[in-house]
Amino acid sequence: MEHTIVRTEKFNAYFGANHVVKDVNISIPKNNVVAVMGPSGCGKTTFLRCINRMHELIAGATCEGEMLLNNEDVYDMHPIFVRLKIGMVFQRPNPFPNLSIYDNVIAGYKLNGIKMAKAEKDKIVENSLSRAALWNEVKDSLHKKGTFLSGGQQQRLCIARAIAMEPEVLLLDEPTSALDPISTASVEELLFELKKNYTLIIVTHNMQQAARVSDRTAFFYLGELVEYDDTKQMFTNPKDTRTQNYITGRFS
Amino acid sequence: MGPRIKLRIGKSTVFKTLVILFASACVIPLLAILGYIIKEGITKINWSFFVNVPKPVGEAGGGIANALVGSFIIVGVAAIMAIPVGILSGIYLSENKTSKLAYWSRLSVDILQGVPSIVIGIVVYFWIVKPIGSFSAISGSVALAIMMLPIIVRSTEETLKLLPDTLKEAALALGMPYHRMILKVILPCGIGGILSGVMLSVARIAGETAPLLFTAFGNPYLSTNITKPMHSLPLLIFNYATSPYDDWHNLAWGASLILLLWVLLLNIITKLTTRKWNIQL
Ligand SMILES: Nc1ncnc2c1ncn2[C@@H]1O[C@H](COP(=O)(O)OP(=O)(O)OP(=O)(O)O)[C@@H](O)[C@H]1O
Ligand SMILES: [Mg+2]
Repeated sequence: MEHTIVRTEKFNAYFGANHVVKDVNISIPKNNVVAVMGPSGCGKTTFLRCINRMHELIAGATCEGEMLLNNEDVYDMHPIFVRLKIGMVFQRPNPFPNLSIYDNVIAGYKLNGIKMAKAEKDKIVENSLSRAALWNEVKDSLHKKGTFLSGGQQQRLCIARAIAMEPEVLLLDEPTSALDPISTASVEELLFELKKNYTLIIVTHNMQQAARVSDRTAFFYLGELVEYDDTKQMFTNPKDTRTQNYITGRFS
Repeated sequence: MGPRIKLRIGKSTVFKTLVILFASACVIPLLAILGYIIKEGITKINWSFFVNVPKPVGEAGGGIANALVGSFIIVGVAAIMAIPVGILSGIYLSENKTSKLAYWSRLSVDILQGVPSIVIGIVVYFWIVKPIGSFSAISGSVALAIMMLPIIVRSTEETLKLLPDTLKEAALALGMPYHRMILKVILPCGIGGILSGVMLSVARIAGETAPLLFTAFGNPYLSTNITKPMHSLPLLIFNYATSPYDDWHNLAWGASLILLLWVLLLNIITKLTTRKWNIQL
């Protein structure tokens, strides 16, 4: 029996009166990669941002229902605690422009005022950058600003920054949409690697990518979770006609 | 080429020439003022000009030490008062774009910017000088701080507004508390623009005379007590330039040059800091 790490029960999200995520029930097994797909505007980003409580930062944004992390409702926890447990990588790379590559990786510690010995910091930086497949490229320029890197490198830096905090779950919102094919390939490879230690939830518009990296796929349509199944099953034999239409490219 | 195209090219040449002409016209007043002040002021400046206080009429060798020190103190104290308040309000305004309080404070900042400096001087006179019963440097600083405030608030707000929201989200998604996000991410990223606003506000008030007339008042002696009347460069220029004595006119010219250099220097530093601290987003 797989261990479920994130589970929602009748979860809804709103922007003011706009009902964006509707009655979503989903269980996400530990150490899986779950791809979230669906047409533009169907609420994928919103759903993702509800998981680590980033949604509520937008004025007028609300949600209801249960969002459980290890059977505990994240909406009963302190948001800061939730965000330490559930890391996030954004669609556009957003390294801190005022910090070096090194400091970007340990930003979660440094900017939170957690004091550490230099050796310990060095270890976290090397370890995170290695896992993010960036170490070899930047090990000689760790003290340069992170914004000097290419877009793909910046995105991997952001991934390193997120995994440096050792979260249990990593949310990725179209992490490769701003990247060229080569950077995309290296980020995908990295997702494969990360799966060993983390649970990944990744929003993607790219079906090949979903097929390549994910174990399970969730298909959203107009805010509803229409279908959720093994990725293989979903792509070869979708049950819902809406999923079918999407996969065969009848709407996007 | 047809005549119509020639005509168009001709028109465009005339237009370009006019633009260049008027652009150079902006530089002329600055150069004229600079040249004139330097010519009149440079010969009056020597060592004793900086270290002595003004001598009575007829005695040679007086200086402007009292005004120089006074200006630094009055402006410095004003900056100490205005900078924290200004930056914090700027942060508030950039973070709360739509709240009622933001609307009203933005409005009042805009209006404050337009209030004539002499009016601010009078108000401070009635608020501080009258109740205390004596002119004082600190009351002058209060008047100048009020004048600095809108510049600092607005430049801070404008700078921080330009920072992308994704930056804040990056910080918050790492579990950073709000105040740390502001202090460790937002402020450092906007520091170039904020500093330049501060610098410009100092340059802007350094030469203000009107608000000091009924507050700091002036003092023929060197004083560092901010609760007592104190001299300042613009006050000295005002008093001595309108006096009938040549010695005093000389001091006024010298002081004008110093004040001008001070403001120029601040402007140059501002340009350099924005370049140095400008953070590539
Ligand atoms: N900040 C916001 N304020 C108000 N409404 C929003 C906001 N962000 C998104 N919405 C609305 O919520 C709905 C879902 O948006 P969301 O960003 O979750 O879609 P998405 O599935 O991620 O789309 P995409 O694939 O284009 O990224 C959209 O209809 C949008 O109009
Ligand atoms: Mg989205």
